[in-house]
Amino acid sequence: MDTATYTAPELMTINASRMLRDGDVVFVGVGLPNLACNLARRTHAPNLLMIYESGVIGAQPARLPLSIGDPTLVSGALSVCSMYDIFAFYLQRGFISVGFMGGAQIDRFGNVNATVIGDYGKPKVRLPGSGGAMEIAAWADRWYIITPHQKRRFPEKVDFCTSAGFLGGRAERERSGVRGGGPLAVVTDLGILEPDAGGELVLTQVHPGIDPEQARQNTGWDLRRAPELRTTAAPTESELTLLRDLDPERIYLSSTG
Amino acid sequence: MTKLTSLREAVAGIVRDGDCVYAAGFTHLIPFAAGHEIIRQRRKGLVLARATPDLIYDQLIAAGCARKVVFSYAGNPGVGLLKAMRAEIEAGRLEWEEYSHFSMISRLTAGAAGLPFLPMNPTGADDLGKVNPAFRRIADPYTGRPVVTVPALNPDVGIVHVQRADADGNCQLWGIVGEQREVAFAADRVLITAEEIVDPSVIRSDPNRTLIPGFIVDAVCHVPHCAHPSYSQGYYDRDNVFYLEWDKISSDPQKLNAWLAEWVYAVEDREAYWAKLGAETHRRLQVEPRWSEPVNYGKH
Repeated sequence: MDTATYTAPELMTINASRMLRDGDVVFVGVGLPNLACNLARRTHAPNLLMIYESGVIGAQPARLPLSIGDPTLVSGALSVCSMYDIFAFYLQRGFISVGFMGGAQIDRFGNVNATVIGDYGKPKVRLPGSGGAMEIAAWADRWYIITPHQKRRFPEKVDFCTSAGFLGGRAERERSGVRGGGPLAVVTDLGILEPDAGGELVLTQVHPGIDPEQARQNTGWDLRRAPELRTTAAPTESELTLLRDLDPERIYLSSTG
Repeated sequence: MTKLTSLREAVAGIVRDGDCVYAAGFTHLIPFAAGHEIIRQRRKGLVLARATPDLIYDQLIAAGCARKVVFSYAGNPGVGLLKAMRAEIEAGRLEWEEYSHFSMISRLTAGAAGLPFLPMNPTGADDLGKVNPAFRRIADPYTGRPVVTVPALNPDVGIVHVQRADADGNCQLWGIVGEQREVAFAADRVLITAEEIVDPSVIRSDPNRTLIPGFIVDAVCHVPHCAHPSYSQGYYDRDNVFYLEWDKISSDPQKLNAWLAEWVYAVEDREAYWAKLGAETHRRLQVEPRWSEPVNYGKH
């Protein structure tokens, strides 16, 4: 197996996986977040609890699920409940430590758009919409985004705020009274963005061999660098081997995944 | 009293032009056969409500049955977008009313509980509330802190697919049970489709599994494989291959119309549809049994 080279999805998934802590209760999505959680469980976080918005608690998927409602999530799970229960009793009550967010746009203050590009009433591009994203961003203790680093995905301000990051700045999120801490990191194929004291996303880490200027050029605002810019540790052989085992057909992990 | 009837008669009697219809099922137990019967009976002007419109509403919309869609996630789960629905919205031909999952399900739960509305904690993301006036913000009467409210949703028709029911409409379902119970209690008229019709003694052997009692049900239809390409836990698998294929079919109106002609209009009922899928698909969707341990209710 070639572990000297890795694809962008592999690099992002491994870095996201390292952010999960043992004992975390994670609201999991399909695709890369699902792989990141399963990798964390097989490495440093064996007691990670995986919860799906379809109402499945403690899933142990025997195969790679295509959707968050896959039957493999149910067989062997700890519990299955209704949608109202999962959102009210688990998420709104405050039992979820980590969420993963996807979206077409992420802005300077970590707000996410998964609803519409252009005008809401006359959409240029109609996207799927919130699903659970509006509530997860508000009520999970912390959340992460995994996304390729492209200028169109990182505008100064989102066209539509589906999920609240820090709104206009950290103070505004605090004033809004939501319980969760908001976005902790955005993992891209170039590096990692984290919010500063004011809630603005800044480049704190680059992946091995990446020029920080490349990240700035692929961001829609003037991306600042953290004073001590670090380099992420390259994916290890063991991380890559375990991860590739989880997606043998490379549905999500191929370079175009 | 038996409520058993054919799906054709049940749809003819229960679903009317202009109705608000909620076909339940979060990815699991989606009553596709009922959707196809509604298309064949050429219902018009429906308001289609579902948290996840999924392929069933993409098909109903493509067939021209809908005036409006009420939803919280308009994606092809795990694949991408719902292209027929998106094309109609972008062309200005379909009205829509949008929620998040929790606000959509809160509406349904309020409807099922006979409440006028339900409150939720604020999320800080106010853009949806700006474009949808159904979202309101009021003060919690006890603390004065703001809460967001959404109004009850009481569909005219609720359609729910279950693993097993008796002829009276007592329904048992397991696996992902997203909003089936809420839909049945919230709707004015309730249409049940079931993989199996069982003796009432089977229902009575495990009363905790009965999520929908027969006395709120209007019609029960025996429709094996009703949920394909969605799935029935323990009965047949989700047809992920078809979900991926639909992405291609639905991106071309000509292909989509050809698909509807071949797989909906030219097919008499679900039995014929399942036969038409063929042995290879049947084999692919077969699932090995994995039984639960029985529980002891005791002869009290």
